[in-house]
Amino acid sequence: MTTEQQDIFAEPGAAPEEGRVFTVTGQDWDEIAASLSNDDDEIAERVVVNMGPQHPSTHGVLRLILELEGETVTEARAGIGYLHTGIEKNMEYRTWVQGVTFCTRMDYLSPFYNEMTYSLGVERLLDIEDQIPERAQVIRVMMLELNRVSSHLVAIATGGMEIGALTVMTCGFRERELVLDLFELITGLRMNHAYIRPGGVAQDLPHNALDELRDFLPLMRKRLTEYAALCNANPIFRARLDGVGHLDLEACLALGVTGPALRSTGYPWDLRKTQPVSGYETYDFDVQTWDTADSYGRFRIRLAEMHESLRIVEQCMGRLEKSEGAPVMVADKKIAWPSQLAIGSDGMGNSLDHIRHIMGESMEALIHHFKLVTEGFRVPPGQAYVPLESPRGELGCHLVSDGGTRPARAHFRDPSFVNLQATGLMSEGGMVSDVIVAIASIDPVMGGVDR
Amino acid sequence: MTSQTPEDKGGQAPDQRATAQTPENAPSTVSDREGSVESHPGAGEVDTTRRVEHVGTRVGMFGVRGSGDTSGYGGLVQATILPGAAQRPFGGWFDEAYDALAAAWTAGPLEQAVPHVVIHRGELTLHVHRDHLLEVARLMRDDARLRFELCSGVSGVHYPQDAGAELHVVVHLLSMTHNRRLRLEVTCHDADPHVPSIVPVYPTADWHERETYDMFGVIFDGHPSLTRILMPDDWPGHPQRKDYPLGGIPVEYKGGTVPPPDQRRAYN
Repeated sequence: MTTEQQDIFAEPGAAPEEGRVFTVTGQDWDEIAASLSNDDDEIAERVVVNMGPQHPSTHGVLRLILELEGETVTEARAGIGYLHTGIEKNMEYRTWVQGVTFCTRMDYLSPFYNEMTYSLGVERLLDIEDQIPERAQVIRVMMLELNRVSSHLVAIATGGMEIGALTVMTCGFRERELVLDLFELITGLRMNHAYIRPGGVAQDLPHNALDELRDFLPLMRKRLTEYAALCNANPIFRARLDGVGHLDLEACLALGVTGPALRSTGYPWDLRKTQPVSGYETYDFDVQTWDTADSYGRFRIRLAEMHESLRIVEQCMGRLEKSEGAPVMVADKKIAWPSQLAIGSDGMGNSLDHIRHIMGESMEALIHHFKLVTEGFRVPPGQAYVPLESPRGELGCHLVSDGGTRPARAHFRDPSFVNLQATGLMSEGGMVSDVIVAIASIDPVMGGVDR
Repeated sequence: MTSQTPEDKGGQAPDQRATAQTPENAPSTVSDREGSVESHPGAGEVDTTRRVEHVGTRVGMFGVRGSGDTSGYGGLVQATILPGAAQRPFGGWFDEAYDALAAAWTAGPLEQAVPHVVIHRGELTLHVHRDHLLEVARLMRDDARLRFELCSGVSGVHYPQDAGAELHVVVHLLSMTHNRRLRLEVTCHDADPHVPSIVPVYPTADWHERETYDMFGVIFDGHPSLTRILMPDDWPGHPQRKDYPLGGIPVEYKGGTVPPPDQRRAYN
């Protein structure tokens, strides 16, 4: 431990800091505390702690700047930007279809939601919202709801890990694996799917998908009840979560907080019910609320929402059985991606039938393929914003087209980014350990926060 | 899309139709064009901000400059025209909301604060003069007939060729009471990138405005601490502006070299 006037990590030649700078190297807290108590009271009681960006309990590369008085947090700020990858800028240099591949990487725990809100925006600008085939809409809803389950499982799992409940973590990731296996079966990838595309979905379900889903549903239902048995009345779990991260309705609206945090105040605001897209209004499910406005309420809402999602998935399966063989992409050949995908010896690629067709049978088909793949389609000028209820709250994509083959601007309103602003309000005045619980309860995903 | 440039018509913007209003609406008429006489009933002075949303010009087709393109498409000139101003009646709840705002607006005619309204693909956009943004936002939130309690987000768009209004700031509002959404759009000049902050009305705009400042250089007057949020504090430039390069390095692959995305030849 060193205490000196000059911060050794400061820029060379920088002006000396106000007060003393402490460099903590670990296991030296007693020494620091002892040296502090000799000074005047103000310094002795005011400690600023940088927590993160590399810290196992900050839910990703989030940096927390905490001002402490003893163990009480007097000021909490969040520092973000450590995972900024410029996805929005990159999307301006790719075609409208390629954009899906980029935005799926933003909030990497709910990739289908990113793809969906982007695709809906493109479809609205193209004015083809009514032409999306029914089967594609059902597949989309099913994938979204499966994704909600996997995302909520990570939220519960990492939230448990951060408070030391490692069993919750291992169980959560075990169950999530079941969902990821389904994603892999249907889209070919566990994450970064680029499956939902403007106009529909990339390809139809494989022949055994519904069978796998039929096995999955009862197993997941059984496993989810284990979480309730493990956590709901667990005295340690409740002691850590009850009353922590309190955020009432007024605070949620002022800070733009949506999702489970908003519903934990008892306000049943769920965009799937209030502003449904993709036929959500035709499914039978209930909006989950809680009345404590705290971390425990948000945990219970996530748990209950997973059951509701499974209900929706079940309804989707019934519809998918009936619509076997129906199209999953818009009929307009000027928009629909021309190739049909198939698994080859070197992985997923253009199907051999399609290659044979464009290379050997039809010059027009080749030109069409070439134009759509290299140039892409043009989208009429205008702007659109089609939000969705993602697992974390309102996720929306503000898309601007200037009539070109690429977006003029794609901005994502990510719920994690907005909800993280509530860090200070939820944590100030509480204990340091409660900061972790409060942040875990809004479940920010830094990939979405920083984009 | 017309192939005429503004220059072809002696400085006047090309013919424009209101591309997508609700079915109840007639297309935007000739009298709505720049410099023409105001046709709205109850409107005050002729507003110079009422103009055709001509935000750019697209030249050529294959991204080739100079020689090399023998197809003739290299001479193609297309105007980029955003959807134009909508005419009353707007249809649906749009009239109701607009009238509520007009009734609540006490400082002169509403046209001074909201020069024009765009309806496109069923979404309502109020173009707000930047001097009045904060007051409009306050009415949007507080008036019982409007009650847009939640600000979904603030972000920017850069139209480098939209002379005098290069930077646009859009604000998405949501009314949970009435289950409605609308968009406020404010423009400012590149050389004077000042827009009032709406943080006093919507505290959630704090980080959104910091991001917009970070990415576009728009300065939000009245923001409590307008600093960079995603980029490092000492970063030069504002990355989302169109004049800021994407960056990247050429990638070699099997003897060939692929240039970075912003230097590849691309359709335009």
